[in-house]
Amino acid sequence: MSEPAHEILHLSNVSRHFSGLKALSDVSLSVNKGEVVGLIGPNGAGKTTLVNTICGVTPASSGVVTFDGKDITRIKTYQSARMGLSRTFQIVQPFAEYSALDNVAAAALFSQPGESLKSAREAARAHLSFVGLDAQADQPAATLTLAMRKRLELAKALAMKPKLLFLDEVNAGLNSAEVERATKLIHQLAADGITIVMIEHLMKVVLNVCTRIAVLHNGRLIADGAPRDIIKDPAVVDAYLGQQYAQRNAARG
Amino acid sequence: MTRSHIALFGFLACVAALPLFGEAYALRLGTIACMYAVFALSWNIVGGFAGYPSFATAAFFGLGAYTTGILMNKGAPLLVSVGVSLVFCLLLAAAFGAVLLRLRGHYFAIASLSLVEVFRELVNNATDLTGGGMGLNIPLVSGSSVMSDATFFFYAMWGLLLITAITVTIVASSKLGFGLNCIRQNETAATMVGLNATLYKAIAFGLSACFVGAAGGLYAAWVHYIDPSDVFDILYSVKPIVMALMGGLGSPLGVVFGAFLYLGLEEVVWRNYIQIHSGVLGVLIILLLLFLPHGLVSLRIEKIRQALFGRKASHV
Repeated sequence: MSEPAHEILHLSNVSRHFSGLKALSDVSLSVNKGEVVGLIGPNGAGKTTLVNTICGVTPASSGVVTFDGKDITRIKTYQSARMGLSRTFQIVQPFAEYSALDNVAAAALFSQPGESLKSAREAARAHLSFVGLDAQADQPAATLTLAMRKRLELAKALAMKPKLLFLDEVNAGLNSAEVERATKLIHQLAADGITIVMIEHLMKVVLNVCTRIAVLHNGRLIADGAPRDIIKDPAVVDAYLGQQYAQRNAARG
Repeated sequence: MTRSHIALFGFLACVAALPLFGEAYALRLGTIACMYAVFALSWNIVGGFAGYPSFATAAFFGLGAYTTGILMNKGAPLLVSVGVSLVFCLLLAAAFGAVLLRLRGHYFAIASLSLVEVFRELVNNATDLTGGGMGLNIPLVSGSSVMSDATFFFYAMWGLLLITAITVTIVASSKLGFGLNCIRQNETAATMVGLNATLYKAIAFGLSACFVGAAGGLYAAWVHYIDPSDVFDILYSVKPIVMALMGGLGSPLGVVFGAFLYLGLEEVVWRNYIQIHSGVLGVLIILLLLFLPHGLVSLRIEKIRQALFGRKASHV
């Protein structure tokens, strides 16, 4: 609390439309160093679009995105990756024929200028062991289970030495034991000081991990604040959480 | 250096011994085989590594042929002319690649095919420079005898093949090759980890064109006469793809074998079934691709031996 908050990401009035469809309208958001921000909202709210817009996959139609003090609104995807913005995909995107090791090595190799293939593979080993995929290092990514591929995504994202890490539904499709394991990893990353923005539907995980929650609905930011305030916010309850959740939560105190 | 790369260079060394045995006909075939292998290896960079099915081989072959032809008519020596062809095709293809390779799959294939037509029309219409449809005569280079001429161009084409093979094997084991393989497997993911896909694809397209351009230059000097419909023949675009598929996509050793096998088939079929040769060749290619979908490199000596002698051995 004593340390002044250092802003790492700032969005001001960011909009993105796909011809007629307004996927994001006037989103203003800022993320401070070391925060773990949960990005929630119903399906189609624009959560993934927001991440794509920040990373340069679908640049903003209007508004300004700054990262680490630099304007990155019109930046190319590969440039944002080299600046320390990294992400995992909701739908996993492995290099299917490559081994798990080479998948992670690719991330280390291309995100750090001047990295050699050999040193990238060495770095990759450490990241694989962090996510618990040592035993699968030489297995082609296509043969891994979904839970493993999600962890592989995480290892790839970490190999890019991120300053800001986007986690896009890392827990979707995982069973409860796997979710627990993934949650532990996220805690560890946060403890290591990596700033995280996570898109997540499992409220248990969000409340467990996040220091702040931002809520998107129909492309608008409808709430942004501390988790305990957000879950009581009537607009959020209406748009996303539902009355039942609010009542259960109130009953629990 | 992997075992298959060692095998590749061993094979090329054997090919170099051809002039010791062959007469002019064998040398002519050998020269064409080396040229085909240059095509197939070059195509493999953009088609095999990066996964972009290019039909532009004929475009850069013709361009290289005309570049060398025009320069030699202006009095430039062969080596300089071929060198200029190589550099010109490298730069031009890299520039085109940065634009064309934004298209994917079928769209890219069609766009690359249109390059052949565009270049042909340009050459056809630049009559003052190229002779247009009348073709272009190219001055003789080497000695007077048929044999010394044949030997010279065989070694020139073989040397070019060697340079191509060295380049391709270096690319295959470098950061560039690793990145091109990433692009083939998942281009979106590749850019997300910081790979500059446009740059990589442009380099790949440039590399896949430059040796083809140089081969075109050697070809022009070798045959002394070129015209647009000869050197911008769309078959030059299709053949390397067939060779690469027959040999084994992505493997430098495989595509070189594919090139030699293809030429062998082409020659045998042409000799024996002169009237229906393209039909017979087509059927043979389809059969090969049906029964060996991963190409010649998927054949393992161990497996062949098992298939031939395996059962017998188990009874002993």
